Amino acid sequence: MDHDFAVTLDVGSSLANHTGSWRTFRPEYVHRLPPCNHACPAGEDIQGWLSLAEAGDYEGAWRALTRNNPLPAVMGRVCYHPCETACNRAGIDASVGINSVERFLGDMAIAKGWAFAPPTAKSGKKVLVVGAGPAGLSAAYHLAMLGHSPTIKEAGPAPGGMMRFGIPKYRLPRETLDAEVARIVALGVAIEYDCKVSDLRATMREGGFDAAFLAVGAHIAKRAYIPAGEAAKVLDAVQVLASMEGEDRPLLGRRVVVYGGGNTALDVARTAKRLGAEEAIIVYRRTREKMPAHDFELEEALEEGVMMKWLSTIKNVEAGSLTVEKMVLDEKGFPQPTGELETLEADSVVLALGQDVDLSLLNGVEGLKIEKGVVQVGANMMTGAAGVFAGGDMAPSERTVTVAVGHGKKAARNIDAFLRGEVYAPAPKHELASFEKLNAWYYGEAPKTVRPTLELARRSSTFEEVVAGLDESNALYEARRCLSCGNCFECDNCYGVCPDNAVIKLGPGNGFKFNYDFCKGCGVCASECPCGAIRMEPEEI
Amino acid sequence: MTDVQMTDVPALAPDEAQQKLKFYQKGTFTVGNRLISEGERSVQASQARSNALTSGHRACQGCGEALGARYAIDAAMRASGNDLIAVNATGCLEVFTTPYPETSWQLPWLHSLFGNAAAVATGVAAAMRVKGKKTRVIAQGGDGGTTDIGFQCLSGMFERNDDVLYICYDNEGYMNTGVQRSSATPPAARTATTPALGPEPGNVFGTGKFVPKIAVAHNIPYVATATVADLHDLERKVVKAMAIHGARYIQINVPCPLGWGAPSCDTIKLARFAVECGLYPIFEAEHGRVTHARKIRKQIPVREYLKLQKRYAHLFRGGVDDPRVARIQAICDAHIAEYGLLGDDEEV
Repeated sequence: MDHDFAVTLDVGSSLANHTGSWRTFRPEYVHRLPPCNHACPAGEDIQGWLSLAEAGDYEGAWRALTRNNPLPAVMGRVCYHPCETACNRAGIDASVGINSVERFLGDMAIAKGWAFAPPTAKSGKKVLVVGAGPAGLSAAYHLAMLGHSPTIKEAGPAPGGMMRFGIPKYRLPRETLDAEVARIVALGVAIEYDCKVSDLRATMREGGFDAAFLAVGAHIAKRAYIPAGEAAKVLDAVQVLASMEGEDRPLLGRRVVVYGGGNTALDVARTAKRLGAEEAIIVYRRTREKMPAHDFELEEALEEGVMMKWLSTIKNVEAGSLTVEKMVLDEKGFPQPTGELETLEADSVVLALGQDVDLSLLNGVEGLKIEKGVVQVGANMMTGAAGVFAGGDMAPSERTVTVAVGHGKKAARNIDAFLRGEVYAPAPKHELASFEKLNAWYYGEAPKTVRPTLELARRSSTFEEVVAGLDESNALYEARRCLSCGNCFECDNCYGVCPDNAVIKLGPGNGFKFNYDFCKGCGVCASECPCGAIRMEPEEI
Repeated sequence: MTDVQMTDVPALAPDEAQQKLKFYQKGTFTVGNRLISEGERSVQASQARSNALTSGHRACQGCGEALGARYAIDAAMRASGNDLIAVNATGCLEVFTTPYPETSWQLPWLHSLFGNAAAVATGVAAAMRVKGKKTRVIAQGGDGGTTDIGFQCLSGMFERNDDVLYICYDNEGYMNTGVQRSSATPPAARTATTPALGPEPGNVFGTGKFVPKIAVAHNIPYVATATVADLHDLERKVVKAMAIHGARYIQINVPCPLGWGAPSCDTIKLARFAVECGLYPIFEAEHGRVTHARKIRKQIPVREYLKLQKRYAHLFRGGVDDPRVARIQAICDAHIAEYGLLGDDEEV
């Protein structure tokens, strides 16, 4: 090249200057565990399906959701959503209404008739599932998806377990439950009703089953000794809620007293109001703060006119009345009697004191360990007997539908490994994407969409659903409030904020990569990543 | 060119219009948003952005000026259909992008002297007009080359209403030559020429000048301040300025990790804090009148901004706040009142 006067070098681009050599720290894209996923007892990839939903791909979202949980429409109604309690968005305005979006997707799947895609290869292995409750249905679904042939034997006349015989219709309409069960059956899961397993080993032998998953639930009402007159009407909660499913509604009378402080006690009291009781009073021996029931359920019950009698125990029951004793909490928080008595008028008393497990089917199964009335299982959900797994209310658990669904999934994965002579190794968990890992400035403020609640008047006299669902516009709104904690959502921030143009955008769905030839390691990308998906690592020199 | 010609200026930049619909959603304030169409996203979100200031430049780690210059010039490149010439004053930006014989600029680029960028740009614009070309002209420089050394040429360019967009990257001092005070250095800041010594260490109060206001006083068609902490606002202003003919001035706050004494990863955070405390008002003015102010989203005390920077470390010696922190807060409060920086986040 001929140079002008006094010019000695060719013009070149600064691209020849690899400034990456200045770097002492390097940015790396990472995945962190979103708190919602971390908190979900069913192990859902909540952020994963919300991400599809917010782009309007509802079917994709539903399919991603049902990879872990086959009952989204049910779960969207009855789950106590620990995911929302854990949600980082609460640190900005209010947590994302994950539960309501889940319900929206579940309802849409039913309306559109979306079905599960059956696996292409069959293993030929048969697995016995005892009980068609949430744990059993979940296990059977996952086993079927893994190519095995599960058969559910259910002692009752219909599927669902406590979802049918425990949870009132105003919280879970039966059409919803039936639709989601039908979809599991359509996948090739056989359910035999009125088929109580009384001898597990014999049933397994006769049916040629390679493994068994037990999930019979806890259906035996706990009793407390209460002196009662002959004409007194004392019922238990399990019986009352189960009989709501039959032809004959339970006769509870005009004034109903429920004894207990759990969610079941509230379910019974609210059911009694709907059956026409003028008064439904819950007698509980401790205080509201100590009550095991969820506060939102108590709120809904109070709104419906259910009355509470705190710090009281029932001394005895006569026809038409009962005697309660006032209690005080001692310094350890235990209720102690005061001797102060009071009479309440009541046509019936319903005991809601918790449930026990019917363990009779386990007679003769060797190696089992039973503690505190439940079957002990290992981290792999297997009991002391090889090939016999257990979950749901009959195993140590929090006794919620969500936990049961999670047990079913976990058991299915371990059964699958067991059938192949392997040990299931869950994928290692990422570091938690806690709030301080985010740059929350980038998220605009928005209140949580509140699910419209039925008007009180309608609610307390009918068994229509209390909480209505979202429609498409507000479900989308809600899904889009997700912060995508710990996982890149392609906001282009790193690509934009790099002063050295050292981030390469790979296009939709493919994310980004760093151009380490030019990255000086300033760390602006990591500081400005809204969702905490970039980590600065010391460079090895 | 004495007549001010207005081409079509959309009421809102397209990406901002989209975002008003979805202001609550994640990604609202980020560079891109995968939920809106490609054409509605920011220039910086595009794989096709021109990277007018490309990699391999020798700016320090986390340089706010390198970032601000790419933001502004890329937006101007898109707005002008890549028919653009830049004239540069002496300063960091010139030095770190063009060490002989390399250049980081991917557009025609000229450098003459420290003080004459506005005058050279005027000449380039005149040449383009004479040659019948539609090529647009940008002049750019740091605060030293703008508020001090190049000020006479700048004022001349304004009063003649020459068809040049002048962009000042304000990092509040002469950083390239070793962090000396400029007339844009804020009060109390330590520089090499205003050391943290004596009874009132750092830069003195009551000095310096705020050139955007002086530009407004020239009654030119468009004046704006911007920040690297708000890309959408910055791009919108550059696009708007490029749609106008005549003299235009944009001053962008670009933190300097070296001169301000802050970690390189805090560059955008510093810019954000400067805006959110009210110390750096972000507004635009047309023909001598302020027409828009960017509202503070989450107000913070100026103390939080100052504490991040070693140039203000002397204000917090011995764990006690110097009374001058309150004086700087008073400056912020005055800005908030003057420009109406607080209030509904729905912008005008």
